Amino acid sequence: MRKFILRRFIQLIPLLIGISLITFFVMHMAPGDPTALFADPSIKPEELARIRVNWGLDKPVIVQYFIWLKNAAKLDFGYSYISGKPVVEEIFERLPATVLLMSISFFLILLISIPVGVISAVKKGSVFDNLFTVVSFIFMSIPSFWLALIFMLVFSLKLGWFPPFGNIVLPCAVMVISGLAGITRYQRASMLEVLNQEYIKVARAKGLPEYLVIYKHALRNSLIPIVTMLGLSLPDLFGGAFIIETIFAWPGMGRLGVSAVFSRNYPVIMGITVFTAVLIVFGNLLADIGYAIVDPRIRYAEKK
Amino acid sequence: MLKKNKLALSGLIILATLFILAVFAPVIAPYNPNEIIEDHIAAPSLAHIFGTDDLGRDIFSRLIFGGRVSLSVAVIAVAVSLTIGILLGCISGYYGGILDEVIMRFTDIMLSFPTIFLILAIQSVLTPNIFNVMVVIGATSWMGIARLVRGEFLALKEREFVEAARAIGCSDLRVIFRHILPNSLPPVIVAGTLGMAGAILTESALSFLGLGVQPPMPSWGNMLMDSQSYLLDAPWMAVIPGLIIVLAVLSLYFVGEALRKELNPKE
Repeated sequence: MRKFILRRFIQLIPLLIGISLITFFVMHMAPGDPTALFADPSIKPEELARIRVNWGLDKPVIVQYFIWLKNAAKLDFGYSYISGKPVVEEIFERLPATVLLMSISFFLILLISIPVGVISAVKKGSVFDNLFTVVSFIFMSIPSFWLALIFMLVFSLKLGWFPPFGNIVLPCAVMVISGLAGITRYQRASMLEVLNQEYIKVARAKGLPEYLVIYKHALRNSLIPIVTMLGLSLPDLFGGAFIIETIFAWPGMGRLGVSAVFSRNYPVIMGITVFTAVLIVFGNLLADIGYAIVDPRIRYAEKK
Repeated sequence: MLKKNKLALSGLIILATLFILAVFAPVIAPYNPNEIIEDHIAAPSLAHIFGTDDLGRDIFSRLIFGGRVSLSVAVIAVAVSLTIGILLGCISGYYGGILDEVIMRFTDIMLSFPTIFLILAIQSVLTPNIFNVMVVIGATSWMGIARLVRGEFLALKEREFVEAARAIGCSDLRVIFRHILPNSLPPVIVAGTLGMAGAILTESALSFLGLGVQPPMPSWGNMLMDSQSYLLDAPWMAVIPGLIIVLAVLSLYFVGEALRKELNPKE
């Protein structure tokens, strides 16, 4: 197991380098350079040149990349053009709100999607299953930002149940509805696959009551692939948070990121891009390790 | 296939209608989409069945012209993503080795970004316009296709017909594009259909935020841009374009799902 985790960590290295390369070079295409911040005409050209040297902007791009990478490894992403504060400080200030929103949504998604997925697999072809299929397609077709607008219109402006801005209930509801269908459909597929396995037939053949077959034998095994799916759904969850936080003025990292895009606040954009990508990579790593813990077959298969 | 599946049939009919409306927009739309013809935010009426927006433009006409924009963005974005995905998938699956390793790691890297924010970050560097939107959506959504094509190639390249093709002296290019690729297309067609649904959603989110298709050119997404400020006074400005997006995406999902079942009878 220790070897398995070590190997996974080593595999992260090219991934992290790739993430930093793509982020750096996308941002490097930006017109102008960071000294454009000093649009003040009273600054002398020689002064600007000195700042450029100080910031390493006179060096070749590749060298600049390595300087940036070295700093980024120390969580130093530079300073926000707008507030002048270190980017990492801004991110950490906003992180708790995003983590709160995402973890509550994640929890609710699991709470709903696992039972619904299991029931529609067990009762495949039933009215419930067909209804679920149609509803899940509808949920997948609704743009989350539009659902946010509609919820705001109905529940805040018309009914007055929740304040339109800064309240967690509506953004959470939108995140849950947009994230629900994918995981439920996955749980259903996973359960269906397990129900076709030999050991389920054996359990039935030896006369176990159906509820024991389902809850003791099938359900547990069907949950294993969901671990991976949770890791894989992280990018979408983060992506959803960016827009939903913006609409509901939820003071999280997503809203910070979108406002940075509008103000072309490149250090903040870069910081958030790298930061979320790294979180996603580590989320996937945790999912992989979790999978290997619950399913020893994975570890052994890797050894071959 | 369609006789059995009423959902897919209705999906096809809706898609066909939307495409016809888009193609014949100038003939069908009752008003010029950019012409200010009414007091602003007039409620739906006989003259303006979906009402008018904050600038007094006819929403029905803008939806029809917006369909032109949103559907072409989706079609071209998917074409870009299929081209990249199929090419990388072919190379990766056919040649294997170090090329495969590099391409698959690159795919993993691209999958580690929250796509919508990566697109926003790219759009913050570029000037947002319709052309950039198409390319950027395509360039950030090819990963699933690449993995799919690679998987098909890995399975198919061991088959006898491929060996036979090589034995009679076909070049690599001919084996890849004439013999293996056509056999791996069915799941790719399904992924392309679902990809188009995804592209419509992405375009709408981008344009809603103001970083996609730029006004005054209407798209389904940018019609929603100003609607948040008029939610109470003109709810139709938010409700109607959103419903059209849901309808288009849902239809694509129904058609894609039916295709998947048809092409993969195992299930």
